[in-house]
Amino acid sequence: MSVLLVAEHNNKELKPFTLNASTAASQIDSDVHAVIIGHNCDEAAKALSELPLIKKVIQVEAPHYENFVAENFAPVIVKLAENYSHIISSANTFGKNLMPRIAAALDTSQISDIIKVIAPDTFLRPIYAGNAFATVKSKDTKKCVTIRPTSFDPCESSGGSAPIEKADPVEEFAKTKFIKREEVKSDRPELGTARVVVSGGRGMQSGDNFKLITSLADKLNAAIGASRAAVDAGYISNDHQVGQTGKVVVPDLYIAVGISGAIQHLAGMKESKVIVAINKDGEAPIFSVADYGLEADLFEAVPQFLEELNKLNTIQK
Amino acid sequence: MKILVAVKRVIDYNVQIRVKEDNTGVVTDNVKMSTNPPDDNAIEEAVKIKEAGKAAEVVAVSIGEEKAQETVRKALAVGADRGILVKTEGIIEPLAVSKLLQKIVEKEKPDLVFMGKQAIDDDCNQTGQMLSALLNWPQATFASKIEIKDGKLEVTREIDEGLETIEINVPAIVTCDLRLNEPRYASLPNIMKAKKKPIEQLNASDLGVDITPRIEQVKVEEPPKRKAGIKVSSVAELVQKLKNEAKVI
Repeated sequence: MSVLLVAEHNNKELKPFTLNASTAASQIDSDVHAVIIGHNCDEAAKALSELPLIKKVIQVEAPHYENFVAENFAPVIVKLAENYSHIISSANTFGKNLMPRIAAALDTSQISDIIKVIAPDTFLRPIYAGNAFATVKSKDTKKCVTIRPTSFDPCESSGGSAPIEKADPVEEFAKTKFIKREEVKSDRPELGTARVVVSGGRGMQSGDNFKLITSLADKLNAAIGASRAAVDAGYISNDHQVGQTGKVVVPDLYIAVGISGAIQHLAGMKESKVIVAINKDGEAPIFSVADYGLEADLFEAVPQFLEELNKLNTIQK
Repeated sequence: MKILVAVKRVIDYNVQIRVKEDNTGVVTDNVKMSTNPPDDNAIEEAVKIKEAGKAAEVVAVSIGEEKAQETVRKALAVGADRGILVKTEGIIEPLAVSKLLQKIVEKEKPDLVFMGKQAIDDDCNQTGQMLSALLNWPQATFASKIEIKDGKLEVTREIDEGLETIEINVPAIVTCDLRLNEPRYASLPNIMKAKKKPIEQLNASDLGVDITPRIEQVKVEEPPKRKAGIKVSSVAELVQKLKNEAKVI
């Protein structure tokens, strides 16, 4: 049977992780259909139909789908589910909020946050914040699976032309009302998808000193991360937090500045391709995961880092 | 108003996890156990609401082995009025937990159910949403702020893009983020007092719910180890290595 992907979008565009989730879905079964639920979301539905991996798009429109309330989304997907063996979404806050509501309605034991498809019923997923990997096999006939976006490459975004079918909306869930969304606007790459991440920790000593992190990030076109200690100390807002309770990032280059490397932080970044640690404590646990460790005072090292970067003819973007 | 708070006993977040040699799970013998961290925030919030005079009773419930009683007792020590322990053996999946909690909700008839957004052992992030689906109640997940407004809650949620605010009717489920509040420590007198508070013990089998696991845990392994890195002696060397060896800048 086919796989149903739940597309994430903002009614105009697809959210990038939809491409990663499509890749994961296609590894379960090549017949991937995608459902897009929204309000005036024709543009996003068209973008979805252009993903070569998607064989059919199901578009469900109603004013009460404008703001992605899980209580409104879940019944639509439950209604469509009988034709599918798997329901797939990203394990970001969109999918985490929505998928269990679908799974419970289908009486299915959900498999969260997979990092690998081993077989259509068997998956690899991190547990204990990535300190152990579990291979799990679902015995349910219908499977609800969320995927860790950074563990799957994004699929091609053009070249396809899947048919777009309309399906009927379901009545509004009146007991939940969306009020507002305050998105953190930034010209920088998003933390979850950036090629380079520069993170600061408690060693920054103040919010003002985070300017050093900002200038390094500017130079490298990087997203800005932070340890929980830096967030808790009020140096930077929590949407920058990398770790077990923040975001899990897998950039090509992760630069940890003044971060000691608590277990919770390592859980969020240790899968990065190349890790750099700058810390004056040579015994800091961060050095155990760093490919390149520099034992130095960050207040000297970061300005030098900027100088050295200025000497380079080119820097990858 | 009555608030039911679900708490889970997990390996303490500061413990370095070790995988069992036979790959059947992680070592839990002689390992420090604690309340799942965001469940502490859930209890704290419920107790604060009671202290503000907006709730009459806070009931803590845990599902797990006999020793989960300690987790319920800790909730009582920080201000919950009474406890419920639903005894189970072995692995119990979020779907089964939410079905057991549904039975407790039907019996206790709370106006609000609070719990942590995620347990730090299985990292599933499912139970609150599943319970709210089973009850057909509104859900406010990843809550970092809760305001009570005549029969409704205004909840600020932590989402990937920033913050989202929703209004939900009571009864409702709220799953709590670590940033919701600062959990208090139990004082010694309150720990003593908590010993006298009642904990009702139930067996999962008495609740008429099928809790057989639907997911087979094939094996649990250590994550792949990173190969050892090197220490560089200067920033110039670091930049040179990043440029020419790692080729990432």
